[in-house]
Amino acid sequence: MSVRLSNLTVSYRRHPAVHHVSGEFAAGQATAIVGPNGAGKSTILKTMIGALRPDAGRVELGGVSRQHIAYLPQAAQIDRSLPVSVLDTVLTGAWRHMGAFGAARAQDWQAAQDALAAVGLGEFAQRPVSALSAGQFQRVLFARIMVQDAPLILLDEPFTAIDARTTHDLLALVRRWQAEQRTVIAVLHDFAQVREYFPHTLLLSREVVAWGPTAEVLTEANLQRASANVAHWHEQAPVCRVDDAAAQEAQP
Amino acid sequence: MNELYTLLVQPFIEFGFMRRGLVGCLALALGCGPIGLFLVMRRMSLMGDALSHAVLPGAAIGFIFAGLSLPAMGLGGFVAGISVALIAGLVSRFTSVREDASFAAFYLLALSVGVLLVSKYGSNVDLIHILFGTVLAVDDAALLLVASIASLTLLTLAVIYRPLLLESYDPAFLQSVGASGGAYHLIFLVLVVLNLVAGFQALGTLMAVGLMMLPAITARLWAQSVGGMLLTAIALALSSGLGGLLCSYHFDLPSGPAIILFAGSLYLLSLLFAPAGGVLPRLIRQRHLAH
Repeated sequence: MSVRLSNLTVSYRRHPAVHHVSGEFAAGQATAIVGPNGAGKSTILKTMIGALRPDAGRVELGGVSRQHIAYLPQAAQIDRSLPVSVLDTVLTGAWRHMGAFGAARAQDWQAAQDALAAVGLGEFAQRPVSALSAGQFQRVLFARIMVQDAPLILLDEPFTAIDARTTHDLLALVRRWQAEQRTVIAVLHDFAQVREYFPHTLLLSREVVAWGPTAEVLTEANLQRASANVAHWHEQAPVCRVDDAAAQEAQP
Repeated sequence: MNELYTLLVQPFIEFGFMRRGLVGCLALALGCGPIGLFLVMRRMSLMGDALSHAVLPGAAIGFIFAGLSLPAMGLGGFVAGISVALIAGLVSRFTSVREDASFAAFYLLALSVGVLLVSKYGSNVDLIHILFGTVLAVDDAALLLVASIASLTLLTLAVIYRPLLLESYDPAFLQSVGASGGAYHLIFLVLVVLNLVAGFQALGTLMAVGLMMLPAITARLWAQSVGGMLLTAIALALSSGLGGLLCSYHFDLPSGPAIILFAGSLYLLSLLFAPAGGVLPRLIRQRHLAH
């Protein structure tokens, strides 16, 4: 499945966080989105799931509905003080099948158990989530993504504050998802991870700095351009005229 | 044995008003326990309090038009409570005022309007009746209302249990799978207001929220699962109703405060002794395990 951004602009209080971004994510492969803080990386993911509305342009999901996207937000705001079990958390990944009111099928339970085993937490099914460490909990959230069985997987800084061992295990899952022809898009900061596990990279600083094979994107020159770009921010910025110019050109 | 009978059973055998009061309290407890628990889990413990104040002006308007009539006051209270909940929710969604702040603003407005209306058009005795209610004066119509609201509450909660719980636990996930968390939140707010309306005849607008919150807060100290907390909250609310009524009978106390104080005592005792969060179990030093 292909995800295409066409002339996408998303702004907060009129200031664009993502500015006239166009391009296509490689279908069935893994793309990393990198760039400095404030470059609009999370904004692109949030627009894909429909949580933010574009000011201009659009996200084309290739006919896939929102229910077929698995999205792991940055520092998920999950209330872990509630006495919910690990297995129940993973089982919510089967929402597409059971919805708000339907029963979980036998295969949903099985999928949840299998996913927990795959992330190395098979023994933890009945524990409350409050008893887990941050790394273990991230494993639980990856297990839920496996149960969601989605063709498009969005990860927003999934390895921040996660130890090396856990990161390594979870990156193996990302590799497995690529082998299963799923499209994975992850916001990351560790270039070594990106080079090793992500064949494609989008380098962003509100606008596309470079987008393509990772080795060609992550060059010193590109990275410098990216960090210079984000520094521009003016309270009194003029209104953007890019769309006006495009409209004039289109007229006969 | 005989003394126990005199203490616990005889008041209900002997007096019809005690029996009706008991049935009313038990029905209230069935609805209020789970509602309170969801308020606690959604970090809205104080919203229940705010909404209970918001019910007052509606009840007062009903009182002005129809006197001490339960349907009129109940309907007025329901409309006022829902309005405050909706307006406060909308204001927080479309302005920079946060939800708890806008709730506080609107319930204070509503409360002052209510007190103004009652003191202008009713005697002070009536005001006290509205504020503090009296469980021993509930008639058959009131019982029917309370029982209907309790049934509706339990049925609705059973239906929306999963999305409502998930909306408290992981709202971003619910949004990402395309379910409308806001709709369930709204249904839940309607249930909260309905239960407050059910409670105000028996316990008064100010006390009604006590039977909702105290058992729910206490339940968190005892149970380790959501289902367990729900059952514990209901059990605590039921025993508070029974215990409070008996205290009010034997010591000649007003029934509303007696019930809430009974629930409050259970809470204080649990703070000390409850296994899941009490003070004393924490003080008992247990040696750590090998792994």
